[in-house]
Amino acid sequence: MGKFSKKRGKSSPAISTASLPDIIFMLLFFFMVVTVMRDADRKVSVTTPKATELTKLEKKSLVNYIYIGKPIEKLQALAGTKPRIQLGDKFADVKDIALFLEKHRVKVPESQRGGIKTSLRIDKDVTMGIVTDVKTSLRKAGQLAVNYSAKPRG
Amino acid sequence: MAKKSTKDRLSNEINAGSMADIAFLLLIFFLVTTTIVEDKGVLVKLPPWSEEPPDVQKLNTRNVYSVLVNAQNQLLVRGEPADIKTLKDNAKEFIMNPKNREDMAEKPTKAIVSMKNDRGTKYETYLEVYNEIKAAYNELRNETARKRFNRDYEFCTSEQRAQIRSEIPLVISEAEPTNFGEE
Repeated sequence: MGKFSKKRGKSSPAISTASLPDIIFMLLFFFMVVTVMRDADRKVSVTTPKATELTKLEKKSLVNYIYIGKPIEKLQALAGTKPRIQLGDKFADVKDIALFLEKHRVKVPESQRGGIKTSLRIDKDVTMGIVTDVKTSLRKAGQLAVNYSAKPRG
Repeated sequence: MAKKSTKDRLSNEINAGSMADIAFLLLIFFLVTTTIVEDKGVLVKLPPWSEEPPDVQKLNTRNVYSVLVNAQNQLLVRGEPADIKTLKDNAKEFIMNPKNREDMAEKPTKAIVSMKNDRGTKYETYLEVYNEIKAAYNELRNETARKRFNRDYEFCTSEQRAQIRSEIPLVISEAEPTNFGEE
């Protein structure tokens, strides 16, 4: 019989954590690439309708956003339950749209102003009355390139 | 001078144990402050604003495809109640007029789609109707592109696309909404 050397109690092999930072960095880069800084807090709830003829919005810096929908639960005591317009981070009315567009326009360099688009994020249950008023004020302000935000269908 | 031994060099390695902590911190920061934004939508060019009401052009009614939507979200296409699912094919037939019918467009360059809704119509219905009409035009342009240039419309060069666009122009006129059913 050969000599059996008493094996020491097997210590479970420690899991090497050398690659943990790599995994975390990969996740980090994924999030950095895929996401954008969150917009101002949403004061209205918007569920966009579905559509098939969708085009992606390039150049986020040239896009301004107009939200139309019912105020969120928390703010219903303040702002009521009828659909309202949110420009930036506050409630607004149709007459504030021209000023809002102008404020965004001055932030954009002269040469790119022709490419400014307005993204209308409108809840699907909003009636066309308020939407038509918004569109009319956009037309009066000369902002004709408009994008109706929608989710892909099917 | 004593030679610097490799042992010394090895002990100068940076301790990488805290890299994971830094990475976690940054990751949590990004998770909290960003969102995956949906940024797709239906691109539309609004007609320019003019103070005078649009002159009632002497439009030949055969060239006008009228779509009316009422406050109950029902469609009336050219005087007949219609279903949203048939709208696209119906519109395509109107624009191209393959059978050369007297009551349909003379040719695609003269076809005009006119939309009118009520202030009480739901935005969802409006967008669905707009989407179907845009889809009809896009499909027609795609078919023309495939026949002529053997590739889809979006893969054509910009001159080819401009040519197809001039043959099948997207002309949608929107009238002021009626006011029967606003909440």
